Amino acid sequence: MTTKKKGPTLSVHDLRTHFHTKAGVVKAVDDVSFDVKGGQVMGLVGESGSGKSVTGFSIVGLIDPPGRVVSGSIKFKGEELVGASEERLQKLRGNRIAMIFQDPMMTLNPVLRIDTQMTEAIKAHRDVDAQTAWEEARDALGQVGIPSPEERLKTYPHQLSGGMRQRVAIAIAFLNKPDLIIADEPTTALDVTIQSQIIHEAQTLCRKTGTALIWITHDLAVVAGLADHICVMYAGRIVEEGKADDIIDRPLHPYTIGLIGSVPSHNKRGQRLNQIPGMTPSLLNLPPGCAFRNRCKFDDGECLDEPGPTRPVRGRSVRCFHPQRMEVTS
Amino acid sequence: MTTVEQTELDLVEDEHERILAQTPFQRFKADFLESKIATVALVTLVAIVLVAIFAPLIAPQNPYDLAQVSVLDARLPPGTKSEFGYTFLLGTDGAGRDLFSAILYGLRISLSVGVMSGFIALVIGSAIGLIAAYAGGRVDSVIMRVVDIQLSFPAILIALMLLAVFGKGVDKIMIALVTVQWAYYARTVRGTALVERSKEYVEAGVCLGLSRNRILFRHILPNCLAPLIVVGTVQTAHAIALEATLSFLGVGLPQTEPSLGLLISNGFEYMLSGRYWISFFPGIALLLTIVSINLVGDQLRDVLNPRLER
Repeated sequence: MTTKKKGPTLSVHDLRTHFHTKAGVVKAVDDVSFDVKGGQVMGLVGESGSGKSVTGFSIVGLIDPPGRVVSGSIKFKGEELVGASEERLQKLRGNRIAMIFQDPMMTLNPVLRIDTQMTEAIKAHRDVDAQTAWEEARDALGQVGIPSPEERLKTYPHQLSGGMRQRVAIAIAFLNKPDLIIADEPTTALDVTIQSQIIHEAQTLCRKTGTALIWITHDLAVVAGLADHICVMYAGRIVEEGKADDIIDRPLHPYTIGLIGSVPSHNKRGQRLNQIPGMTPSLLNLPPGCAFRNRCKFDDGECLDEPGPTRPVRGRSVRCFHPQRMEVTS
Repeated sequence: MTTVEQTELDLVEDEHERILAQTPFQRFKADFLESKIATVALVTLVAIVLVAIFAPLIAPQNPYDLAQVSVLDARLPPGTKSEFGYTFLLGTDGAGRDLFSAILYGLRISLSVGVMSGFIALVIGSAIGLIAAYAGGRVDSVIMRVVDIQLSFPAILIALMLLAVFGKGVDKIMIALVTVQWAYYARTVRGTALVERSKEYVEAGVCLGLSRNRILFRHILPNCLAPLIVVGTVQTAHAIALEATLSFLGVGLPQTEPSLGLLISNGFEYMLSGRYWISFFPGIALLLTIVSINLVGDQLRDVLNPRLER
């Protein structure tokens, strides 16, 4: 199974996912577009409530009412997923598209052994006998760097450490050799050393298997070393998009600049950390114009209009009337 | 100083590793046996169950075999010698049956009726509760309102009405007990399943493309087992007590197959004439059974409830 050099694995176009609550319509995802190619890592960065997780769940069709994908298209290897039947989506989930969740304590069923949970993921999609499934599970555990996988297979989740559990979750995600993996803040609950190991392993596996990976996180530092491509989300929109290095080194949008500026390592000792003033606006009634307007120091009358995506530099896209050309020295 | 701390640390580590190395069942066993009362209750319960199962081997007389029972032996006090050579350890009842044998056989009926109806109610109730929790919305409301209505009537009243319609018999009393009890299981399972359903492992299972039945019965149900076991033991004790009550009132089991309740009721009329034993000993047997089941159930609740982590 070699990676075919054709269109992107996943192509999201003008996606809008809205939640129709009693208090009004929450536009959790509003006009989001991006592509992910096989073997590539796409970092989806944003703070809490920016709509990054909802984007992930929209792709696998797991938006619960009152939420709904209102418009837009999600093309997975050319196949339209918006409006696809539940049976079709169930066939894809865990098989062609896998997910990794934030809290490894919660994503494994506490009363089932690791081998049960792994083999059932295989058997749900492929007609293999128990022995083959078990061997595949063992090999998968070995691949994510778990020592003596045979013994680990016989354990219950509570007998494993947090990092170990997240490795198991990653192994489960890779079990059926999916084309796309959506990782929703998978390292947030882990300590920093384990974090970097996990990131390294996920990245290696992706490159090796040609799997496209969407890494959802609030931590720019995580994505900096991992992703090929970064989308920065703010209030349900992608405000800046581009190659990872470009975004980290030369951010254009004032929000991205603020995000990078607030990473502690960029500050001198003894100084206050930079922070972005103000709070994320409520998605319930976003003011007209740029959503970041109230927190932005470059705000002027022009920002009362809605900024569309512009391309000030090749390969980049920014939603801002005043893209900054700021060199970040690290 | 450092060495002391070191060893203490090691001890904590060892303890931790020992806990990790145990299977859930081993841990459960160790926790359960921590309480002396519960251990005694468990031993008593096991003894009662064994005695009931092997009643034909232990009992000196088969109380159902009329050839072995003589009316001339009626109402003999405990310790009297019988003409067949054995002693009436606990005396005889109004029909001349050896009370000890009658109690053993009565335990059999009481236990089997209680356990079987409890189990059937558990299966039906938890299936309904699971469906309510997973379907949600209107299905959930309808099922839970039926449960509410059911639980708002006294159990004995519903059972009495059903038995008045059906008549006597083991199967009929089991239908009555199941009808009375399924609602408790349904409510328990629904409550726990609702909590479990919103946990991430269920979402992860959905993301793995597992089928709905698999998620329901393989993932959610086992996580609901702890409260289910607790309710199950307590409800089994209730079922036994309820069956005894119904038999005592004369609507439960037929005279020919006396359960404990019927034995108590048979001796009731002799209580004031000094022949206490006819009611007293079956009463003690019933009391022991129910109390030991309840104690075991209480300890199960303590051990299986994660919020009471000691």
